[in-house]
Amino acid sequence: MNMTIIYTVITLGAIGSSAAVILYFVAQKFKVYEDPRIDDVEGSLPGANCGGCGYAGCRAFAEACVKEGDLSDLYCPVGGNDCMSGVAKILGLEAVKKDPRVAVLRCNGTCEFRPRVNAYDGAATCAIIHATYSGETGCQYGCLGCGDCCAVCEFDALHMDPVTGLPVVDEDKCTACGACVRECPKNLFELRKKLPKHRKIYVACRNEDKGPVNKKACEVACIGCSKCFKVCEYDAITMGNNLAFIDSDKCKFCRKCVPVCPTNAIIETGFPPRRVKEEPAESTQVTS
Amino acid sequence: MSNLITVSPSPHVHTDESVQKIMYRVVVAMIPALVWSVVVFGFDALRVTMIAIAASVGFEYLVQRYIMKVKPSVTDGSALITGMLLAFNVPANLPWWIIIIGAFVSIGIGKLSFGGLGTNIFNPALVGRVFLLISFPVQMTSYPAPAGSGVDAVTAPTPLGLLKEGLMNGQPISEIAGNLPAATDLLMGTTGGSLGEISALMLIIGGIYMLIRKVITWHTPVAVLGSMFVVAAIFWMIDPEAYIGPAYHLLTGGAMLGAIFMATDMVSSPMTGKGQLIYGVGIGAITMSIRLFGAYPEGISFAILIMNAFTPLINNAVKPKRFGGMK
Amino acid sequence: MLKTFKLGGIHPPENKFSAGQAIQIAELPKVVSIPVAQHIGTPSVPVVAKGDKVKVGQLIAKSGGFVSANIHSSVSGTVAKLDLVPDSLGYPKQAIIINVDGDEWLETIDRSDALVKECDLDGPSIVQKVNESGIVGMGGATFPTHVKLVPPKGMKAEYLLINGVECEPYLTSDHRLMLEKSDEILVGTCLLMKALNVDKAIIGIENNKPDAIRLMTEKASKYKGIQVVPLKVKYPQGGEKQLIKAATGREVPSGALPIAVGCVVSNVGSAFAVYEAIQKNKPLFERVVTITGKSVQNPANLKVRIGTPVSELITAVGGLPEDTGKVISGGPMMGKALANMEVPVTKGTSGILMIPAKEARRNEVQPCIRCSRCVSACPMGLEPYLLMTVAEKNLLERAESERIMDCIECGSCSYTCPASRPLLDYIRFGKSRVGALIRARKN
Repeated sequence: MNMTIIYTVITLGAIGSSAAVILYFVAQKFKVYEDPRIDDVEGSLPGANCGGCGYAGCRAFAEACVKEGDLSDLYCPVGGNDCMSGVAKILGLEAVKKDPRVAVLRCNGTCEFRPRVNAYDGAATCAIIHATYSGETGCQYGCLGCGDCCAVCEFDALHMDPVTGLPVVDEDKCTACGACVRECPKNLFELRKKLPKHRKIYVACRNEDKGPVNKKACEVACIGCSKCFKVCEYDAITMGNNLAFIDSDKCKFCRKCVPVCPTNAIIETGFPPRRVKEEPAESTQVTS
Repeated sequence: MSNLITVSPSPHVHTDESVQKIMYRVVVAMIPALVWSVVVFGFDALRVTMIAIAASVGFEYLVQRYIMKVKPSVTDGSALITGMLLAFNVPANLPWWIIIIGAFVSIGIGKLSFGGLGTNIFNPALVGRVFLLISFPVQMTSYPAPAGSGVDAVTAPTPLGLLKEGLMNGQPISEIAGNLPAATDLLMGTTGGSLGEISALMLIIGGIYMLIRKVITWHTPVAVLGSMFVVAAIFWMIDPEAYIGPAYHLLTGGAMLGAIFMATDMVSSPMTGKGQLIYGVGIGAITMSIRLFGAYPEGISFAILIMNAFTPLINNAVKPKRFGGMK
Repeated sequence: MLKTFKLGGIHPPENKFSAGQAIQIAELPKVVSIPVAQHIGTPSVPVVAKGDKVKVGQLIAKSGGFVSANIHSSVSGTVAKLDLVPDSLGYPKQAIIINVDGDEWLETIDRSDALVKECDLDGPSIVQKVNESGIVGMGGATFPTHVKLVPPKGMKAEYLLINGVECEPYLTSDHRLMLEKSDEILVGTCLLMKALNVDKAIIGIENNKPDAIRLMTEKASKYKGIQVVPLKVKYPQGGEKQLIKAATGREVPSGALPIAVGCVVSNVGSAFAVYEAIQKNKPLFERVVTITGKSVQNPANLKVRIGTPVSELITAVGGLPEDTGKVISGGPMMGKALANMEVPVTKGTSGILMIPAKEARRNEVQPCIRCSRCVSACPMGLEPYLLMTVAEKNLLERAESERIMDCIECGSCSYTCPASRPLLDYIRFGKSRVGALIRARKN
């Protein structure tokens, strides 16, 4: 009986060690040289593999960083400036600094403001509705409300609000990876400059129809009246396609455009409540 | 809101068929065999079936409601079928607590742990049955004597059990044959065996009903029974004293129940006719090798479970004939 | 034994309520809006401006390229404006809006009903005339007909197939046209044969239209080379590839056009339009539309001017039934649900179908029980259950290798699914993504 045990141990041991030897030689033969810095760079990246940088995952981005030898076109929106300076340190290069950004939904067509004119019945994804027809409401530019954006968000930063029927961005979690921007068939998301206290001023509408048409479909549509454009002192507002657009990089957050909008299409968040008498807006401009 | 006009992608019409209708047709197809087993085994058969159904449906509801936290789908009738099939695969005198364990394994492990209806790899009723067979071999193989068989004993061996025992003892077929039930008994089902497997005739009636109502196609049952017949015939021709004739194999044990009701389970069988033929032949061949050379007298449950595991592979390998030829 | 295609197919209830209704002429609308993109291919370019007076049959938009078609005014009156008008999908598209004033036709159009058989034009001139008259496939695909009549280099047409199958439930416009305009269709078929330089033409008709089969067979015996083939009823026999398979036994290879097996398919409506264009000098500006539905008072087949709002047609058959839950442009299998009743009739509108509310909504989606009915129903031999899964998961390479691009979007899979799964919705989505992938690869 004891001999059986010994034989077993010897046989298995022999198989094991010969396999180890074979493996060693095979590993030597098929060894692929890889720049060890790729591993280091990858280690300093967030590891979300979200594709926000434009590369297929963090590894691919790390390879690109090492190979390019120049970080001017490479930026990880998730990790931000800290992460990029870490990468730059590893590679001994100079990283570009960018303002942190956050995804903003440019539609405020809630169930209340934008009544439904027909009922969709079919596979409940925005992409399929978009291919089928213009949507349940009179506005063909607005949010379809099926949450394709929430489904693609890797960071749990997007959730549908059951009351409004619109997705809500959780700014603390949003990394500006841009997945929602790419996914939304109506192209409603925009990456805007991130300010402290979730401060934002933006035109929450993408309806390119003429005023009377879109006003019928949605109460809070931008009707392209240019009032905000005229009141803006910083050239931050541009008009086009019956629509106003506020450039978040030029905007000084003076809040003057908000009250002039006749349809309340310009939304401001994160600011202290307005006093009855206007005082000069505090400087909230952050230079990073 | 309800008076808003509906918009949806085409097509805008839909067949009258539904999952429920298909499931309830399977239930209807099983009723002749159930009625027969009540005739043969008395009230016990009904008791076992009712417990199995109640436990299966109950577990499906409880697990979906409280563990998976999804909307329970007990009304689709699939748990009902699993319960009935489980009952069909056990002796009529099985204690109630074993049935409940079986139902739990069928539904909880065989079906819901894979995600529920449509995603289970193995036939849930068979998972439960095989679990019981291995865990409670004594209770699972003590079959009650059929009513009116003239045997005083409380339990009766199955025809396949008799055959296996005889062959194990080294008796030739000609000697054992005297003890074996006649072919008519097998067809009618006045022999020992699991609750639902005894009467080949009733199962065939159910099978024909399902074929007519297009619940199943002919491919799987024909492939299973045909391959069993061929394998049995080959060995019988080699040595009729060591191997019994093919007809006996088809009429005994779970062959009919397995081929008609278990192997044709839509979820765990291949999608194409060609695939189903391969799958059926596999089941037949494995069943016969267990019956002829294995320790168990019957092996169709194992055979079906083994081939269930191959279903995804078969689906990948066997594609329907494409219009416009293969690229 | 009647011919049909082999793979798959379904038998939806036919519900052809309007089959016994003769074609009537619809009332002239007050305003028409004629979209410039009514066909597959490049949109046409308007050649009229606001305030222009137009006559019936006058060219108002010029073909925008080779795969494109001319568009002619369907009414006489004044061009009110060129504006964006929602199409059947609800997206605004360029359209020419004309205020109707009287009904003054171009003098060149022969408005008599007399049958003209003789034609001294040669093949290329017929193609030229078809091109000028803006004729497109009138079964619903709206592919410009003149493109089909010019086979690519190295390919030769052998058969002309005239599609009188009308396999869509409810629709009867082709059926009525065959009954009432059989000679015209046959002359049109001869003209198409001449244009294609083929000597064999097959008219495929399903045997749920025995009167049409009888009449067409009888009349066709007087025309050389035209054969009427009765086909066993099965949806989607009206699909180009299915019709070719059923009538000739030939199978169009995956990804290829019918011309690859020497066939050109044209609808009976198109054949009639060709007749009118060449023998009567009348461009395509009106078509037969079936207006029907289970609760519709007087289902009808109307001859409608292109650009007429759908709402006017609904009024013509007794108004929108109260229980209407869905209005479809086209047939119930492949038609588009309309959100807006003001959309205009186009060259491809074969029917307007009103579905009662209780049938309008889909059943609740259940899990796939892998019953493989979709696989048996697919006329292209695909596996819809699998295509839906891979499309849903965005596995585009897998979808491509499972031949998602072969799908003809006939809807047989969704129709037949007992679990009411939106198979075609996802397959269509997958097709558009895979199509984009293939285009990106080419560039």
